Amino acid sequence: MQKQTAIELKGVTKTFGTTVANKNVSLTVNKGEILSVLGENGSGKTTLMNMIAGIYFPDEGQIFINGEEAVIRSPKDAFAYKIGMIHQHFKLVDVLSAAENIILGLRGEGRYNLNKAAQKIKQISEQYGFEINPKKKIYAMSVSEKQTVEIIKVLYRGADILILDEPTAVLTPQETQKLFDVLRRMRDDGKAIVIITHKLHEVLSLSDKVAVLRKGEYIGTIETREANEAILTEMMVGKKITLNIDRLDPVSPEDRLIVSDLECVNRDGVKVLDHIDFTARSGEILGIAGIAGSGQRELLEAIAGLQHIDAGQIIYHDPKTGKEENLRDKTPLQIRDLGVRLSFVPEDRLGMGLVGNMDIVDNMMLRSYRKGKGVFLQRKPPKTLAEKIIDELEVVTPGPSTPVRRLSGGNVQKVLVGREIAASPTVLMAAYPVRGLDINSSYLIYHLLNQQKQKGVAVIFVGEDLDVLLALCDRILVIGSGHVTGLVDARHTTKEEIGLLMTKTEVKHHEEA
Amino acid sequence: MNFLSFFIQAVRTGMSFLLGSTGETLTEKSGHLNLGIPGIMCVGAASGCLAEAMYLTSVGGEAQANKLLIVLIPILVSFLAAMLLGVLYCFLTVTLRANQNVTGLALTTLGVGIANYLSKQFSNGLLPFASATKYFTAKLPFYETMKASPHAFVQVLGDIFFSYGVLVYLAIIIALIVSFVLTRTRTGLNLRAVGENPATADAAGINVTRYRYLATMAGSGIAGLGGLCYIMDNLNGNWEYTVDAVGWLAIALVIFTIWRPNIAILGSIVFGGLYIVGNYIIGISFQNKELIKMLPYVITIIVLIFTSFTKKKEIQPPQSLGLSYFREER
Repeated sequence: MQKQTAIELKGVTKTFGTTVANKNVSLTVNKGEILSVLGENGSGKTTLMNMIAGIYFPDEGQIFINGEEAVIRSPKDAFAYKIGMIHQHFKLVDVLSAAENIILGLRGEGRYNLNKAAQKIKQISEQYGFEINPKKKIYAMSVSEKQTVEIIKVLYRGADILILDEPTAVLTPQETQKLFDVLRRMRDDGKAIVIITHKLHEVLSLSDKVAVLRKGEYIGTIETREANEAILTEMMVGKKITLNIDRLDPVSPEDRLIVSDLECVNRDGVKVLDHIDFTARSGEILGIAGIAGSGQRELLEAIAGLQHIDAGQIIYHDPKTGKEENLRDKTPLQIRDLGVRLSFVPEDRLGMGLVGNMDIVDNMMLRSYRKGKGVFLQRKPPKTLAEKIIDELEVVTPGPSTPVRRLSGGNVQKVLVGREIAASPTVLMAAYPVRGLDINSSYLIYHLLNQQKQKGVAVIFVGEDLDVLLALCDRILVIGSGHVTGLVDARHTTKEEIGLLMTKTEVKHHEEA
Repeated sequence: MNFLSFFIQAVRTGMSFLLGSTGETLTEKSGHLNLGIPGIMCVGAASGCLAEAMYLTSVGGEAQANKLLIVLIPILVSFLAAMLLGVLYCFLTVTLRANQNVTGLALTTLGVGIANYLSKQFSNGLLPFASATKYFTAKLPFYETMKASPHAFVQVLGDIFFSYGVLVYLAIIIALIVSFVLTRTRTGLNLRAVGENPATADAAGINVTRYRYLATMAGSGIAGLGGLCYIMDNLNGNWEYTVDAVGWLAIALVIFTIWRPNIAILGSIVFGGLYIVGNYIIGISFQNKELIKMLPYVITIIVLIFTSFTKKKEIQPPQSLGLSYFREER
């Protein structure tokens, strides 16, 4: 039987400023079918789906729903086409109950009646095998229950096309299995399902077709039964691109930072780091690769003393005194004074590192305000430093007294890295330092990191572009959902190997145990 | 001290707090922390009184006035004038995206100024509005019948429940309606979602801007009536420049009653009682009287301490209270 098309995209393009999020993407989803959209971070999966859900509007191209061209300008329009999207970050009101959240915003027929809504919710739950208590408040729910509420919410509105953005990212394996059972039942019921993911084994076990995106471009769609992990990884990461980045051999590397059995639990009680073990050596760039949100940020913050550590140790070998210090017992200030520097936290570049409304000199002073004598600030040394950074790193700014928020992204990065390097660190941690930068600025940053490496600094570089990681780093640590999934020599590894490690979910130490 | 007359006076005083706090609760449920309530209540009081004076002057005195209009005109004018300030608040915070706290405080200063200006017009060739207060404090018709009853119990019952003026009953009715709307209707559910998590509400197809405007406008209007109630009912038509003090108490009452207008009906009587109890203690010094007037604030702080210790979500302020919402920011 010929399957009916549910969604068809033709030549969809979307740009944000100068970045192209989606370029000429075409794909189809049929009714009664599960399509996986696979791709690395920043490959444009979510942007693409947001266009179907009415959050964004495509710059070019057409969207056909059930064979007819559709103009979807808002989530409301999407509802009208019976499209429902379950976002990665749940859109639920905490103090309201499940039922209240589900009927929120609906222009219901007749009187406001929660019991009636609860009945319909029950009926949907029974049909697809959900377990939910309509009266339970959202704040009392587990992540998987909240997700169930989100799914029922779109089904309650009569959605025939469901889009799920990384639905398994927050679920345990058992919960994932349950979710997949539900999705299969929905498929058998004739619904079209699109699931965004980067986990290969899920793609293979769940979907009928896989569409792959890479850096905004549509690579192709293949039938799942013809696919395997190797084929998909290659489609996902592409062929290796040679970058012209110098890589010098490490000079007499010594252990500088030994992280052992590190464990961190976040505010929601989720383990974000689990049994992390690695060593960062002086004169070496250690790359950290992983899908976004696998614990990179928490790891760097734990080392910098900004994250509460629940178990494990971080031993720092002080090159000046030769002593060993456990950073776990130290305050962020003490850690900084030892020479451990954290620069660039890109999720919040200005918020963490610099104060946007203050000028470059004042931002330099954020690191030196304790140095002056008496109650008055000394503006002279920071001013000299600011001028030096502007000069040496070619920061484009009207002057040292311009507020940093008026500088472009690249120049903000330069100010921040310049300040951290000026303190002659012994450990320099940089997370996504080139995100949003143009080629020239990126190379300048790589060059700066290489300089630090030559000076004997232990550099930890969290990156997202595998080509850069391969060309710049000496060793690459791969983490996946808070676990170390591999440690490879950057000189003798391949993109595919790292790609596989990144998407791996079974963890080494579990296998050993 | 005569407990019965104390209680009656406490209710009368409390109802102006209740109107202010019901208005502020409605506003806060939409995510707007409107600190302009004191100014809004001042404007509500002054504009209502001025409208009354103008009406009385135009018909040539209270004896010639229409019994219904004499009450309705000040109420409507007071509501509308206060609502206009609510519109200004929304225009600044929603449309122009100004900071809510700054806007609210500016509105309080502005409102006090407007009220002072308006009150200077009372004697500007107009008849005094105070002569109309007997219509505001007129008791219900069957009150006299109850007082005439031979049973002391019925008499007391009449005093406790039926001895008040129109604004007192209006305050209770409005509080009950707002409470019902918030908890039992779709509109209320949507409004609460807007105040808790506007992004979620927006995604669910709720017009956040419209809900915030309408809730704030209605809330401001209701609060304006509180100012009118204070002058016309509690003070028997004696103009006073301290209406803004009532406004601050109304905001404290919102916290004290954990954002519930139905609890506020009882809470306002407690506040009213504490506010006036100094007058009923014989031999109390002038200084200590002011000390006792502070009690409502003290118990509000105690409630705040209590609510921040218990992490119970239901008794916390709306999550997005004080935060502006812009759709582009993700």
